[in-house]
Amino acid sequence: MKKLLTGNEAFAYGAYLAGVQLAAAYPGTPSTEVVKNCANYDTIYAEWSPNEKVSLDVATGASYSGRRALCAMKHVGMNVAADSLFSASYTGIKGGLVIINADDPGQHSSQNEQDNRNYARFAKVPMLEPSDSEEAKKFVRIGCELSEQFDTPVIIRTTTRLSHSRTLVEIEDSNRVVPSQDIPEYERNFAKYVMVPAAARQRRVVVEERLRKLEEYAETTELNRIEPGDDEIGIITSGIIYQYAREVFPTANILKLGMVWPLPTQMIQDFAKRVKKLVIIEELDPIFEKHVRELGLDCIGKEVYPMIGEFNPSLIRELSYNAGLIKEAPPEVSCANTELPVRPPMLCPGCGHRGLFYALKRLDVTVFGDIGCYTLGAAPPLSAVHTCTCMGAGFGLVHGVDKMGVKGQTVGVLGDSTFFHSGIHPMIDVLYNKGTSTLIITDNRITAMTGHQDNPGSGKTLLGEPAERIDIETVVRGLGAKRVEVVNPYEVDNVMKVVKESIDAGEPSVIIARYPCVLNTKEKHPVPAVDPETCTNCGTCLKIGCPPLIKTETQVAIDSILCNGCGLCARICPFQAIKKAEEQ
Amino acid sequence: MQNKIDIIIAGVGGQGTILASDILVEVGYHAGYDVKKSEVHGMSQRGGGVESQVRWGKKVYSPLIEKGKADYLIGFEMLEAARWTEYLNKSSIVYVNKHKMFPPTVTSGQAEYPAEASIEQELSSRAGRYEWVDAMAAARELGNPALAGVIMLGRLSVDLKVDTELWLKVITELVPAKFVELNKKAFITGREMKKGA
Repeated sequence: MKKLLTGNEAFAYGAYLAGVQLAAAYPGTPSTEVVKNCANYDTIYAEWSPNEKVSLDVATGASYSGRRALCAMKHVGMNVAADSLFSASYTGIKGGLVIINADDPGQHSSQNEQDNRNYARFAKVPMLEPSDSEEAKKFVRIGCELSEQFDTPVIIRTTTRLSHSRTLVEIEDSNRVVPSQDIPEYERNFAKYVMVPAAARQRRVVVEERLRKLEEYAETTELNRIEPGDDEIGIITSGIIYQYAREVFPTANILKLGMVWPLPTQMIQDFAKRVKKLVIIEELDPIFEKHVRELGLDCIGKEVYPMIGEFNPSLIRELSYNAGLIKEAPPEVSCANTELPVRPPMLCPGCGHRGLFYALKRLDVTVFGDIGCYTLGAAPPLSAVHTCTCMGAGFGLVHGVDKMGVKGQTVGVLGDSTFFHSGIHPMIDVLYNKGTSTLIITDNRITAMTGHQDNPGSGKTLLGEPAERIDIETVVRGLGAKRVEVVNPYEVDNVMKVVKESIDAGEPSVIIARYPCVLNTKEKHPVPAVDPETCTNCGTCLKIGCPPLIKTETQVAIDSILCNGCGLCARICPFQAIKKAEEQ
Repeated sequence: MQNKIDIIIAGVGGQGTILASDILVEVGYHAGYDVKKSEVHGMSQRGGGVESQVRWGKKVYSPLIEKGKADYLIGFEMLEAARWTEYLNKSSIVYVNKHKMFPPTVTSGQAEYPAEASIEQELSSRAGRYEWVDAMAAARELGNPALAGVIMLGRLSVDLKVDTELWLKVITELVPAKFVELNKKAFITGREMKKGA
């Protein structure tokens, strides 16, 4: 029997089949659904960890216990987890350890476009790359076996397009590894697990020997295969790009790499011999290409297929045609002649962040923002977030800026989930190192941007069990913050007053702007009404950038389907022309 | 069975494009095709555009459709449909829900929403056949605007030569139980909206 699964669902199913007993992750598009789906299998303990590093340490601990474990993260999550990755590379594992790592070519929902194949080379661990959901499933099992055979963590690379495409997967429950029910024994082993320099120097040698053995494995594994074709062109490719290449070059020789690190040197040399032109089609960095060129082989690579951006079959066809690699011209296409208005993502109708950012805009403070829904406070017309770099950066940035004493007023803003992820440490810095910054936590009680995952402040685990909520206010006071205020972000006047007092205080202040995400709680109120007599069409309400508010010739109108009834527009209308339903 | 059927669904977050494309890819599979589907989630929940691409064929490699090769473009929203002209060719068929959702650039008065006639002109001049579908009005009549997507699927289904029973079976499997009957009704409504029917 076959089923249609997304790449991420297939990874989770593969984990189930491989007898994985623990799966941990911090949510991050496009990797979120991997561990979310692991939670559906009763043989897997699954959790949202506070950040990616913790999730990898947790999975490594399960592996040290002799059990198979998985963790998943988006590409930038690996930057957070990298310290643990490099250590796990040295210690090796006991039970199979697989890390699903999702790159985001095209930056659909990310701050950068890094190619995490670099991490495999850097950390000296093997990396596999499936090209559809069936392989996603299979590679988790192969990854676990490989991990155990070579005593190493194994990274499985995916990309947005693979993770979020739905393709057919063979269902093979009867063929699964049934996890052991025995109580595992932890094996104390100084030489393997205590990476003090004396032991780590020994492991350093083991890591290099392992890599050599993996290179031999790469030559013979079925993960790498040659699909024979005519000898004119030979393509080396991997992942979802294999599918595009297969479509554009139906008769070419293809060396499809399922193991993208280490690379099969001999296999590549033999493949090069059988074709007239060697073509490397890889998204992002020229990793295969550099390897091929180091072997002294001539090839066509990044001069045709660029480093930047996501590939698609149209692009591959066009570039290949322009380079003379295919004869059939791509179909003539034309864009619309009319200029079409863009549709950027916005804070949702009724979102509590809107009130906070409107207040910050009115105070004209410089806002050091962070990663989450509240990044959308940067979008016009609010335009009230002035940095967005990486998780947890906002508080550290504002501390540095404040130490330099820039002109004007500043605040740092991050969300509840980001606070638990990496916002506590910069807060410690501000508090301990005599900072003066105002630090705002937008606490909507959920990890909203990635699709409403629970976090330590939401009171529920990934497995749906109630959990003791970690109270942000208590944490902040425990760190030593003296000035702590909790505000309702919809009460704009009060938010402005509290922010102003905090900035003027000359000492560190923490403001928790708390309101549960209305999209998550499904909170809705009657739609306010605009009084056409009183509305002067002054445009004040349009400054909050709420999608249901529509500017017409004579007044503002409210789209009753979109409107959530939060009443923020009514609150800020200078002429009281918008009436909340209960006032009508 | 046809060699290949490539379908693009374009809409706005919250319109049910993902559910519709899930139904479509599942139906294709049960009808005997090799199938793949791609979608962009990202920030869709925050009111951005959402596109799904569904491919039926004897053998499908790429989950993405090539420009100029779409057989069907299904617009759940007028402006979002208009963004896909590059994917059309002279035999493409286009169905667009007669429904506008203003992006913030329009509601704030910075940009103008294109006129219906110009959207029709842009799309129909590049396609083999163009048809407005009054799915939103029909969905409202059925009591829920969210049904417009399944109504659009119903209209598309008339062309796809797959048993109605199979469509209804897949809808039953994929739609939450309490909405199944309503969605089936919406699907049939869409089927009956074929011009001149």
